[in-house]
Amino acid sequence: MTELLQQLINGLALGAIYALIALGYTMVYGVLRFINFAHSDIFMVGAFSGYYLARAVPQASVMAGVFVLLGSMAICALLGVIIEKLAYRPLRGRSTLTALITAIGVSLLLQNLGQRIFGANPKSFPTLFPQHYFQFDSGLVIASNQILVFVVTLVLLFALRHIVLNTRIGTAMRALSFNPTAASLVGVNNDRVISFTFALGSALAAAGGILYASNYPSIDPLMGTLPGLKAFVAAVLGGIGNIAGAAVGGLVLGLVETTVVALGGSTYRDAVAFAVLILILLLRPNGLLGKRQAEKV
Amino acid sequence: MIQPRIRILAAALAGLALLTGCSKSGNGPAAAADTIKIGEFASLTGKEAAFGQSSHKGTELAIEQLNAAGGLLGKKIEFVYEDNRSTPGESATIAKKLITRDKIVALLGEVASGRSLEAAPIAQASQIPMISPSSTNPKVTETGDYIFRVCFIDPFQGKLLAQFAKKTLKAGKVAVFSDVSAPYSVGLAQFFRESFLADGGQIVSEQKYTGGDKDFKAQLTAIKGTKPDAIIVPGYYTDVGLIVAQARQLGITVPLFGGDGWEAPELLQIAGAEALEGTYYSTHFSPESTEPLAQKFVAAFKAKYSGETPDAMAALGYDSVMVLADAIKRAGSTDGPKVRDALASTRDFPGATGATTLDAKRDATKPAVIITVKDGKFQYVETIAP
Amino acid sequence: MLPRSQLALLGALAGIALVSFFSGSYDPYFLDVAVSCGINITLAVSLNLINGYTGQFSLGHAGFMGVGAYVAAMLTTAASATLLPLLGGQQWLLFAVALLAGGLGAALAGFIVGVPSLRLKGDYLAIVTLGFGEIIRVVLQNIDAVGGPRGLIGIPAYANLLWAFGLAAIAVYVVWTMVNSTYGRGFIAVADDEIAAEAMGINTTRYKITAFLVGAFFAGLAGGVYAHFKQYIAPQGFGFDRSIEIVVMVILGGMGNTTGVIAAAILLTVLGEWLRQFGDFRMILYSLLIIVLMILRPQGLFTWSLPRRKAS
Repeated sequence: MTELLQQLINGLALGAIYALIALGYTMVYGVLRFINFAHSDIFMVGAFSGYYLARAVPQASVMAGVFVLLGSMAICALLGVIIEKLAYRPLRGRSTLTALITAIGVSLLLQNLGQRIFGANPKSFPTLFPQHYFQFDSGLVIASNQILVFVVTLVLLFALRHIVLNTRIGTAMRALSFNPTAASLVGVNNDRVISFTFALGSALAAAGGILYASNYPSIDPLMGTLPGLKAFVAAVLGGIGNIAGAAVGGLVLGLVETTVVALGGSTYRDAVAFAVLILILLLRPNGLLGKRQAEKV
Repeated sequence: MIQPRIRILAAALAGLALLTGCSKSGNGPAAAADTIKIGEFASLTGKEAAFGQSSHKGTELAIEQLNAAGGLLGKKIEFVYEDNRSTPGESATIAKKLITRDKIVALLGEVASGRSLEAAPIAQASQIPMISPSSTNPKVTETGDYIFRVCFIDPFQGKLLAQFAKKTLKAGKVAVFSDVSAPYSVGLAQFFRESFLADGGQIVSEQKYTGGDKDFKAQLTAIKGTKPDAIIVPGYYTDVGLIVAQARQLGITVPLFGGDGWEAPELLQIAGAEALEGTYYSTHFSPESTEPLAQKFVAAFKAKYSGETPDAMAALGYDSVMVLADAIKRAGSTDGPKVRDALASTRDFPGATGATTLDAKRDATKPAVIITVKDGKFQYVETIAP
Repeated sequence: MLPRSQLALLGALAGIALVSFFSGSYDPYFLDVAVSCGINITLAVSLNLINGYTGQFSLGHAGFMGVGAYVAAMLTTAASATLLPLLGGQQWLLFAVALLAGGLGAALAGFIVGVPSLRLKGDYLAIVTLGFGEIIRVVLQNIDAVGGPRGLIGIPAYANLLWAFGLAAIAVYVVWTMVNSTYGRGFIAVADDEIAAEAMGINTTRYKITAFLVGAFFAGLAGGVYAHFKQYIAPQGFGFDRSIEIVVMVILGGMGNTTGVIAAAILLTVLGEWLRQFGDFRMILYSLLIIVLMILRPQGLFTWSLPRRKAS
């Protein structure tokens, strides 16, 4: 029973991280209909930013943690804006596949630059937030970092929801997602809104990176690929473009993956995410929380 | 509309011919033989870049030192190396290029047994000696008599770990947690298992992970349930660090142990000194070793690479060059067959990783050391002779 | 008198046979690069059928290559003891049978991938095919009988210049004649506007499946040739990175432009070798190339018109 409970906690914690990364994907896709392949590598840059920023602050204190978290979110927001301006903006209006290939190119570039600049050796991520392990008599262990992931994900989830639903720029983002031409006709500055969307998405990726690295303190330039892909699956699972969906999708995927591993299929764990993706696209293409959308011709 | 397309195609084919074919005629004898060319193929980018870069740094340091001391046989060494991107298929092409175009006299590589196996037949067929720094799959040297290695092989290490578990750790029941994506890990686990079972031990759990995974809690929780006396994790430090940390977090207090894949200074940082207390691993080499040669190597490495501490891969990369250089000196020539014979008769060569002897199967027999972590530092426990 | 395309094929095959007759005197490195070119041409042209002509964005092509490689390799290694005598001890015959089996296995995989993908378009299709490619890789990694992650060694060296380029010539011929026939117009219709095509009575399902089947089949054949040339295969070599390499060839050549794709395959193979001199920067330059290419010339280097925009 304890083992089951432990696996449950593990699954939820893993899922919460996927949810956090998925938020960024789903948002960019929701507004721009574009899968930002490089999202997973911005996640990686976020983790590395945290690694270097952490040198300026004492370890294991809440202040340090918050500083590094916000710092790397800012760095990655900037990075996201730069990437959008240089690589994606020239492709506005072209086919989505061109944009997808470019995104793959950016992703490869970030990975290889990372290996060159940071070195390929995994580095140990410093302790940012104070670490506690809550041990129960039954043998159950919950790490404070796991709780932290839940808390931060929830906070960011609500913050994002607030921005999208209750602010001017959020309304502009939603307008853009419905029809970019119409949006610009009513006075929305598309360029600015898109930059903002990328900045926001990248900041979320960075937060994901910091929390991921806090739970699995070994970072390397290729760390983003798999979590990124799985987070994308989570976003689709929950209904892409749907913020709450990203959270639900993430948790479900985390649980499914942990279950598969617990049942002895750990070597198939990566394939699980893809199998889930294929299943959901076949059975319920709009995701668990998505709405049916008829395609107009 | 056919015309422009045919022209493009013809141009492309001509380009191909020019670019790669034109050197066909330039294949004279080793041009102006005033340098000795040594080649290396390594995974400098891609998934296993950590190990390839490490090994490469050791190799580069060795060649630099040799050149500073006057080179080999009075000539400078020209170091030609290529990156195989950790991708299958590249190593074969690189081996062909290095041998036929760059005219190397010997080939160094690779860290991973799979990629070594890819290039070995090519080196063998061209009678170019090849030395692998750390491929541990027995099949590598079985390819032919021109293929050598300076590390011990999985059967040896597996056996010694089994003995260590039984005698020193007094563990009757062991859980095995291996990396299914690394031939090294699978091989080591297999030989450990055979030895341990033959010794009367019991394997209570066998779990697997894929190299690069970050979350091992599910498998560790399952292992915990089987109540082993010890857990062997015959994988690479890149994953072991997290595994040990997570094991401790889950409340697993029994000793964890493993092989030379654990050897790296980062291990202490990733896992944390606390988690590593009471863990053990076997290795060729340790930066804490008091052997003078090892110390010299560590100091030189730190000097060249901005204070970075070398790991086992780097030390083995270094030794692969030194063993080769020694063989070339003894052979008095760079002629393939002569160097091969000299290599085959390497006895007790003083390397950074210990006294290296290349046996009849061209594998290195050398003592292994067991290291543990105590009070936040790596500590030597014992030496196990072959 | 045979139609022009068939004459061209026979002429090409004869030329290739002549060139490969002398392959003993070429240096091994040149041979390696040349054979790689041949294999890449087959891969690129087969992907072009799926991506370029039929507009089905597939990012998992290397998975089909992998299936073909493993099936063929298993037949020539593990099963050779039983098969060889049946075929009169002729090694080239064993190789041909192995290749075909690999191609058929890959085609089966293509079918399995194609059917669920029918309803998907654009980005989703891309990700799902990527997913399938990765699933194939993970499955291969878990089959211990073929060596799992350690890979399969000791594959006999049956492949040579003739096989590599001969296969490429056949692949080009098949794809070219398929697409340039009346039936073949259907592929392009599906790419242009699927809904309109359906409305016109074209069985888009059939075209899409056919594209996947034929594309996967040739990728499988290419995989078999690859396996018997490198003599060592491992699942990691048939993953996403390899798929992207092939996709870039198709994009560089111009989606739906067969001659362009052939030229691009050769160019990129040779470029890969040329970039070796830059050591660590090779991959950085390669990824920059992709980005610059998509921004400046998304229609590829060898297409003279802009890519077709979607009707909406």
